[in-house]
Amino acid sequence: MFTRSVFVVALVLAAGAARAEPPGLGTPASEADIAAWDISIMPDGTGLPAGRGTPAEGKAVYARKCAACHGDDGTKSVAPGAGPLVGGKIDRIEAVKTIGNFYGYATTVFDFIRRAMPYNEPRTLTNDEVYAVTAYLLAANKIIGENDAIDAHSLPRVKMPNRDNFIIRFPDRI
Amino acid sequence: MSAKKRLRGRSLEPVAGNGLIDRRALIGRGIAFAGAMTGVGATGASAEPLKDAPWSLETGAVTPALQTPSRFEKHVVRTLSNPDNEFRNSHARTPHHLLTGTVTPNSLHFSINHSGLPDIDPAQHRLAIHGLVKQPLIYTVEALARCPMVSRMAFLECGGNSAPMFSNEPIQASVQALHGLVSCAEWTGVKLSTLLEETGVDPKAKWFIAEGADSHALSRSVPLKKGFDDAMIALYQNGERLMPGNGYPMRLLLPGYEGNMNVKFLRRIKLVDAPAMSMYESRTYSQLLPDGRAYRFYFLQEVKSFITHPSFGASLKGPGFYEISGLAYSGAGRIAKVMVSADGGKSFAEAALQAPVLPKAFTRFRMPWRWDGSPAVLQSRAWDEGGNVQPTRAEFVALRGETKSPPPVLGFPNQHYNALTSWAIDASGGIKHVYA
Repeated sequence: MFTRSVFVVALVLAAGAARAEPPGLGTPASEADIAAWDISIMPDGTGLPAGRGTPAEGKAVYARKCAACHGDDGTKSVAPGAGPLVGGKIDRIEAVKTIGNFYGYATTVFDFIRRAMPYNEPRTLTNDEVYAVTAYLLAANKIIGENDAIDAHSLPRVKMPNRDNFIIRFPDRI
Repeated sequence: MSAKKRLRGRSLEPVAGNGLIDRRALIGRGIAFAGAMTGVGATGASAEPLKDAPWSLETGAVTPALQTPSRFEKHVVRTLSNPDNEFRNSHARTPHHLLTGTVTPNSLHFSINHSGLPDIDPAQHRLAIHGLVKQPLIYTVEALARCPMVSRMAFLECGGNSAPMFSNEPIQASVQALHGLVSCAEWTGVKLSTLLEETGVDPKAKWFIAEGADSHALSRSVPLKKGFDDAMIALYQNGERLMPGNGYPMRLLLPGYEGNMNVKFLRRIKLVDAPAMSMYESRTYSQLLPDGRAYRFYFLQEVKSFITHPSFGASLKGPGFYEISGLAYSGAGRIAKVMVSADGGKSFAEAALQAPVLPKAFTRFRMPWRWDGSPAVLQSRAWDEGGNVQPTRAEFVALRGETKSPPPVLGFPNQHYNALTSWAIDASGGIKHVYA
């Protein structure tokens, strides 16, 4: 027993020694310090900013900022890689995925427009403009009505048509 | 009979159809081979007498600061999806048919950039870790470079690598075009768990969002489980700082997971209680299935192998000895076994694996082969240590489907193809891509 307990003590000591000493090289910050970078938006709407927009307002922004690559009404791809955003059928494994036929969450639309679009001048649209373009694209896909305004309250409540058609590939890895 | 003679006899016995030879013949037994091969493929012509070449008779060039490959190797380059610099994404593919071993040179590592290569000044770059942590922290590159580091070999593979293999007809293209969006390097950096220990973690945290400093602020959600397992903030690639196309000055490395999740130009990690459903995870890298549903959170790059030598684009120079070799890897761990066929899958023999066989890294396999000059179909099939087996193409297509018509070779009709690749050799030594 004596030998065994010595062994256990030695193991605990070894484990303690092997545990990395936190290097203490990060600079403490507050969430306010990071706020300008924190553009994450969750499917439940967490992170959505103030602002609102309607499909009609969005149509005007879209014509100025989006149509050059995504086509007049979002149903075609004008620039290479700028796939259509509206309509389309999922009828084959190589089908083009659009907001209407594939996206599971409307927050994804707002998030990607705000973080990455327009391609040549990302993060230049106002929050109202992002809400408006989101509303325009949701209406063009017949997911909301032509007069439905989109804001932080309504966006996460939009039920996307394809939401329930996903299978988690490896649940044990989550 | 002596042991040596027994081995010699066995080594030269074909072990599978169309001339595959026991893999043990490769290990230090070249003499047995040379003897046995006499007369096979020999021309009978005598060698030319040797003499000094011009470069042996003059002083060479001065040693440069940064060395580059010989001028005779200029063809060994990545192929580009956007050579005319159009205003869109760009891809560069690794020339696996021109490389060997298991390490991809940094200049040839594959690279995909959705919004171009940011020109990041490392002195100005910051990494913020925040969200469901006890103390948000901001790191400079200099501070991270002082943290305790680890090194490991890891392959990185685009979720869309091998996408042309979804084609309903075999696309005639090189291994670079078909499988060039995977590479393998030694990565050095700070384990994410080391930094999370420093920030402290709120028990409500289940995922983290990783975001880059590129103009897309490319963003992916990763289970925190992976963050505490083997995730790394990589600063070095094969001993030198990361290449710009691979994430300079720092990237997230998630060994074995879909390339796009290994966020480059990493500037922010936010701990959260659920996935963000970012565009790349909920649209681009969700794979459509034949019934119209789609996989979400595929993450894992499953067990896979392909033959690089010989492969499409090469031609065999007459009957005789060839070494078949290729790459095998699995995001789930080590490669356990690779089987090679020369008759389109009718019979297989076990290939030799080049040591060391490391988890979630390239393993080079080799198979001695005596080609008799008749048509042959080469293919390889890998198993990993978890018992996962690379599917045949027929098995794969039964579950995942194929396109209705051949897609462009640079297209991405679907993702996460890991089934077999087959090369057909015709009687003249030409090589075609076939489904077998």
